[in-house]
Amino acid sequence: MVQVGVAAVGQTVNRINPKYQLYHPKWYRKDYPIFWWLEKFAYGKFIVREMTSLAVGYTAVLLMFQLWVLSRGQETYQRFLGFLESTPVMIFHGVVLAFLLFHSVTWFNLAPKALVLRLGRWRVPNALVLSGHYAAWLAATALVIWLVAR
Amino acid sequence: MAESITLQIQRYRPEEEEEPVWQSFEVPRHDEWMVLDGLNYIKDNLDGSLSYRWACRMGVCGSCGMLVNGEPVLTCATYLSELGGGRGPVRIEPLTGFPVIRDLVGDIGDFITKLQRIKPWIIRQEDKPLSQGEYLQTPEELALYQQYSMCINCMLCYSACPIYALEPDFIGPAVIALAQRYNLDPRDEGSEERGDVLSQHAGIWACTFVGECSAVCPKHVDPAGAIQRYKVTATAEWFKSVLLPWGKR
Amino acid sequence: MRPKRSREPFFWAMFSGGGMLAALFLPALVLVLWFAPPSYPELVGKVDHSLVKLALFGLIMLSLFHWGHRFRYTLYDGLQLSHLYGLIATICYGGATALTFLAGYLLWTFP
Repeated sequence: MVQVGVAAVGQTVNRINPKYQLYHPKWYRKDYPIFWWLEKFAYGKFIVREMTSLAVGYTAVLLMFQLWVLSRGQETYQRFLGFLESTPVMIFHGVVLAFLLFHSVTWFNLAPKALVLRLGRWRVPNALVLSGHYAAWLAATALVIWLVAR
Repeated sequence: MAESITLQIQRYRPEEEEEPVWQSFEVPRHDEWMVLDGLNYIKDNLDGSLSYRWACRMGVCGSCGMLVNGEPVLTCATYLSELGGGRGPVRIEPLTGFPVIRDLVGDIGDFITKLQRIKPWIIRQEDKPLSQGEYLQTPEELALYQQYSMCINCMLCYSACPIYALEPDFIGPAVIALAQRYNLDPRDEGSEERGDVLSQHAGIWACTFVGECSAVCPKHVDPAGAIQRYKVTATAEWFKSVLLPWGKR
Repeated sequence: MRPKRSREPFFWAMFSGGGMLAALFLPALVLVLWFAPPSYPELVGKVDHSLVKLALFGLIMLSLFHWGHRFRYTLYDGLQLSHLYGLIATICYGGATALTFLAGYLLWTFP
């Protein structure tokens, strides 16, 4: 069957795929690699951006723990401060902070894509939406520092 | 012969081989040649059995999209001399995400089926009679959707989208952008019908905003932006329907 | 009969709200509460205010749901586990819900 088919096409073929049946299309489907996000820089950046959710979750949970420690009294809080000051924890929290900052930057940079603001017939330009977000970040940071350190 | 450049082309001839193989061709290197010119040179002079799609060779028909050195591009709009420092070799593969029929030709049936599902045409609840004339539109109204109307269905965005490769049900970037092209057109009244398709998991919600669809789009349609905008719209609609159940759905 | 629309908009709204609040406030909070922590009486006095508690509750709840939603998709796509759709959704949103109740309890009974 294969021979007839190939002869009918009139070609000289060296390799023959024995599983091929004439007039039965046989698509080739490539498996997508499991670690597809290592294949391209943009994909790698994407997966790092998605992994910032772990830093956000960790921060929320440790803030809750800090509240619990505070409600237990001064002695427990002092022990918690000792934990925060130990070198491995400091390094780890440095990494967490880096991820949080990456989250903030990527979040604000992508926000203009989703937010299309219109004032009447005027469409607020993306650059203004973007700088508005960064201004809000600055204000929020100042607010937190003022609240805690005043 | 003048300077030459090597093209490594993924061949798949199902009657000959089970898996694709690489084949190298030497083609002349001209500054003004596109990748497609190199392929046409092979087809005309070296191996007439090489299969690939092309038509307009000017970035409008959307049929010559391939992976060139791993990036989805229109081969008619990519200079050979600008790849790999102009020395080659240049690797050419079919677009990712589509089953390969032969050589560089993928089966795009899935895209066409999905495109039909979002009804890419202007839907009116009631057509006005011809005697009342055409549906007029101001430049401001055109500007609402014009960007999305630039899509040429080249499917580079599907090739760049890891979600489409991972979740074959995902309706995909270009189809959502084209749905928005009609949703945002003031003459159209079909956004609710399209919403039934778009607001599913396999519609907009499977998208995690990788953003590569917009990066590779040769027409600057920005499908990623279209999807995020529609997420905002769909979310507002959902809250309206939950909080104001007596109102219009 | 129209197809049922997904409940995804609710979780996406929580994800987005959490992403925005986390982006705005978490780096500053980590700086002042972990890298330069105030003394015990100072901090207790500042947290023990109903507006601060409410703000903290909102921030923690939305941050948790931000994690739940985003991590759910990281597992689906990054590790190709979308065949465990229901299980992953239950763990991520269930975890965020349980921790939200815990945060509410901690703040309600504070100090």
